[in-house]
Amino acid sequence: MMYGFAWDTSTPLAYAISILPILGIGLIVTLEATVCGFAIAMGVGLVFALLRRAKSRLITWPVGLIVEFLRDTPLLIQLFFLFYVLPQFGIVLPAFLTGALALGLQYSAYTSEVYRAGLEAIGRGQWEAATALNLTRAQTYRDVVIPQAIPRIVPALGNYLVSMLKDTPVLSVITVVDMLNLANLIGDRTFEYLVPLSLVGLIFLILTLGCSALIHVIERVLPKRGIALR
Amino acid sequence: MTWTQLLPNLIKGAEVTALIAVASTLLGAVFAFAAGIARVSGGRLLSAIALTYIEIFRGTSLLVQLFWLYYALPLIGISFDPIATGIFGLALNIGAYGAEVVRGALVSVSEQQREAAKALNFSGAHTMIHIVLPQAVIEMMPSFCNLAIQNLKDTALVSFISIADLSFHAQSLRNLTLQSVPIYTLTLLIYFAMALVIAAAMRWLENKLRRGAAFPKGAAS
Repeated sequence: MMYGFAWDTSTPLAYAISILPILGIGLIVTLEATVCGFAIAMGVGLVFALLRRAKSRLITWPVGLIVEFLRDTPLLIQLFFLFYVLPQFGIVLPAFLTGALALGLQYSAYTSEVYRAGLEAIGRGQWEAATALNLTRAQTYRDVVIPQAIPRIVPALGNYLVSMLKDTPVLSVITVVDMLNLANLIGDRTFEYLVPLSLVGLIFLILTLGCSALIHVIERVLPKRGIALR
Repeated sequence: MTWTQLLPNLIKGAEVTALIAVASTLLGAVFAFAAGIARVSGGRLLSAIALTYIEIFRGTSLLVQLFWLYYALPLIGISFDPIATGIFGLALNIGAYGAEVVRGALVSVSEQQREAAKALNFSGAHTMIHIVLPQAVIEMMPSFCNLAIQNLKDTALVSFISIADLSFHAQSLRNLTLQSVPIYTLTLLIYFAMALVIAAAMRWLENKLRRGAAFPKGAAS
């Protein structure tokens, strides 16, 4: 019995069906963590990408090092670092927010590369043409660069979203009650891990296959030449 | 404990991490080539098996896979010791990602080369080993470098199936001393250093391959 749902271990199928509502509650937490984490990743990644385009090496070098460091160290340790170290500096966040923050920081390193590649794909000639047309830097970004960068950036971001979704079970180690955590709790009570763990795997498989298909559709629908921002 | 006292403990864990990372990367490369080649030129049955393997291991979470191998598989009578389970699980996961890299690189070798090989009456295996693979392997190297670093980061998760790796040592040290800042800072730096070593090693290997068998002296590269 968990969250008011009793399980029925008579047959594997009955067992799977009976614990499905419990895992569903965990699934909501998993999806919430993914959405929050990705929002952070998109925002922080953009800041990193823009800082790396700065003129001064005093800015680009440290930012480059930070991005490299975030990308090359394990999410798990970053998670523990935030979870145990932030409270020492008086910042006490709920486990869920700490988890979303760790996911967001790790993936900001990836998204910043996506933004950078998307922006750098716009050729020098276009910048020169914009200068010749007397457009300001802001106008060039808004009307020339960003509209063309969007179709390149969106599919890559989508892939990282799927990838982040698959990383969320790590959050269960800092007491976030996600799908995997619930599956383990059910296993602890019933001494039967095979069905809950397999079911979690199956739900992830369905989710990621669905998301990948959706990204393919978006990739096809997005006009290759760009999206006007106004 | 001071930082210098913490370090030897963490290094002990780092050795286990290094062992698991190297072993699983090598085994993963075997899976990647097997599945990748099966996808491109394996016939319908092998290709379908490879596709199923790739989708399952790319589509689910690594931690779920490790728990499944460690907790669920023994219930149906299959069990290995933790280190073997960890290496096997990581290799299966990274191999699935690698297989897509192998497939992409194999497909990118131009069709004319295969036709030329056929015209010279080379067998399929001969064409693959001596014509297609040497060129494709170089294309794979940058992606393999990223995957090897990805795999190193993923090894942190094996601490949950009771392997005393770097993460495990960091966690137990913290529980013992409550010195979160030095322990996790050192741990992050050790992982970062290992990632830099992997990146350097892969770049060295790529350069060696580029100058090596794929493009013999005198051939245009």
